[in-house]
Amino acid sequence: MRPLTLVTGVIGADTHIVGNRILSMALEDAGYRVVALGALTPAGDFIKAAIETAADAILVSSLYGQGELDCRGFRDLCVEAGLEDILLYVGGNLVVGKQPWPDVERRFLDMGFDRAFPPGTRVERALELLASDFAARGKRIGVPETR
Amino acid sequence: MTIALLIDFGSTYTKLRVLDCDAGTVIASAQGPSTVERDVNVGLDAALSKLATSLRGLPPFTYRLASSSAAGGLRMVTVGLVRELTAEAARQAALGAGAKLVGSFAYRLTAGDAATIAGLAPDIVLLCGGTDGGNSTVILHNARVLAATALACPFVVAGNREAADEVTALLAAAGKSVTLTDNVMPALDRLDIEPARAAIRSIFMHRIVHAKGIDKAAARFDAVLMPTPAAVLEGARLLADGTSTASGLGPLVVLDPGGATTDVHSIGNGEPAEPGVIRQGLPEPYAKRTVEGDLGMRINAASIAAAIGPEQFAADAGVSLAQAEAHIGRLSADTAFLPASAADIRFDRALARAAIRIAMLRHAGRRETVYTAQGPVQLQRGKDLGDVALVVGTGGVLVNAEDAASLLAAAFADDADPQSLRPRHARLAVDRDYLLYAVGLLAQVDAGAALRLGLNNLHELECGVTA
Repeated sequence: MRPLTLVTGVIGADTHIVGNRILSMALEDAGYRVVALGALTPAGDFIKAAIETAADAILVSSLYGQGELDCRGFRDLCVEAGLEDILLYVGGNLVVGKQPWPDVERRFLDMGFDRAFPPGTRVERALELLASDFAARGKRIGVPETR
Repeated sequence: MTIALLIDFGSTYTKLRVLDCDAGTVIASAQGPSTVERDVNVGLDAALSKLATSLRGLPPFTYRLASSSAAGGLRMVTVGLVRELTAEAARQAALGAGAKLVGSFAYRLTAGDAATIAGLAPDIVLLCGGTDGGNSTVILHNARVLAATALACPFVVAGNREAADEVTALLAAAGKSVTLTDNVMPALDRLDIEPARAAIRSIFMHRIVHAKGIDKAAARFDAVLMPTPAAVLEGARLLADGTSTASGLGPLVVLDPGGATTDVHSIGNGEPAEPGVIRQGLPEPYAKRTVEGDLGMRINAASIAAAIGPEQFAADAGVSLAQAEAHIGRLSADTAFLPASAADIRFDRALARAAIRIAMLRHAGRRETVYTAQGPVQLQRGKDLGDVALVVGTGGVLVNAEDAASLLAAAFADDADPQSLRPRHARLAVDRDYLLYAVGLLAQVDAGAALRLGLNNLHELECGVTA
């Protein structure tokens, strides 16, 4: 069975790579094929990578408070590129200052993300939701690729 | 004594070089007209009889190798998925194989695209798309579209390996000749164009040479190994890398400003020279060739002048704006124009400098500073050629120039555009006897002799200082 493919990366002019790398390793361990774009990734590069690798989901990280600006129109870009049904997650320090999380979450869901995650989310929680969202779409995690 | 005969079937001339492989020197040169359209033997015989006259009979040749850019060169169409990813990787593979790209397509081919490709009648179509295990729907769609065309040319398939069997079967079922090879982009961060290049070269040797009528002269040579531009790239690679026993010259750039295109070759990994610089975008080929189809010194004189700015161009040529425009008009009408007067020569030099400057700008990578919340970060796209050791010029305009160094120096980095990663302190040299193609061909059978020949023939120019 073909493993499910995830594109990960840190969007915009954001250099915080450590958390994203840990997340990518955890996803690989969980049996996903991970295409890790790393830090400083423009929105368009997530889309191009997802097309070429036939990704099942894009996981966007943003840690520097500008996520709202960087992620604006992200779902529209996906639709434009023929990725209407791709699963979109976003997580990190998505906005500047102390704002109530439900407001922030609502804004990102309105932008077309399927899920948004606040700071301090455990990797296990993300894996759990990913598996259930894929199951709802009739997709199962494949066997890890042998390298 | 080991003697080699090297033949270049060009679009205008059939050029011959007789080489002493032991000494790495040229014994004799001759050329005849290019007669591929009628019978390739006519021009070759004319050149061979000139050789026989100057050598008082032809010596026994150990090797007889040829390259060809005749009959339109190796005309290729490339197809990929995302324009900046597999479609670009396909272009790099075709250019690296010495092809003349007549069309490049991305995403799903339309009926209109199919008609365009059929109309182009390429010699080879390179079909790519999808990383391994990635997208397969688009390459399958494109294979179906191409299978339905009347194209009779060979296809090279170098896309997502999961789709490879089906793509091959679709094309083969429609009676197409298909060569399957490794994906040009097996993963998003990996470029692997050498297998596709090898497949293209093999088809060129075994089929295209026949289709172009070059094998009518088959009794006079052992093999037509590759298209001439691929031979030049192989020559450059040998000069840079050396052989298993002799070291080369290190990373280098070869510039070839011609009448119809300006070609740039670079050998080297182009990694950031400074620490802390982050690379972005497609990985770069170690041996990279770019072809600027809008920078031919004859057919594109007007666009070269426009690109550099008409006033600046006229000033560089030392003429008035009106004189410059009149001369450009003359060149566009007479693409075989050879400069005669001092003014003509000045004008050609200005054209060459402009073509070299722009072609080098496009070939070299760029570094930009992005200001992040954590401070400035340097991003690099493309190759950093700042530290290449050598810039080599080839082609008539450089070889015949009295001040080739001042023309080649147009390839150097300039302070006005520090983001462009062009050579900063390279030595300059010219390939005086137009031998790089011969070096590349000979390298296939005797790398040691080819390297000796290449090194002997490079004429280093004074003024290897930074611009």
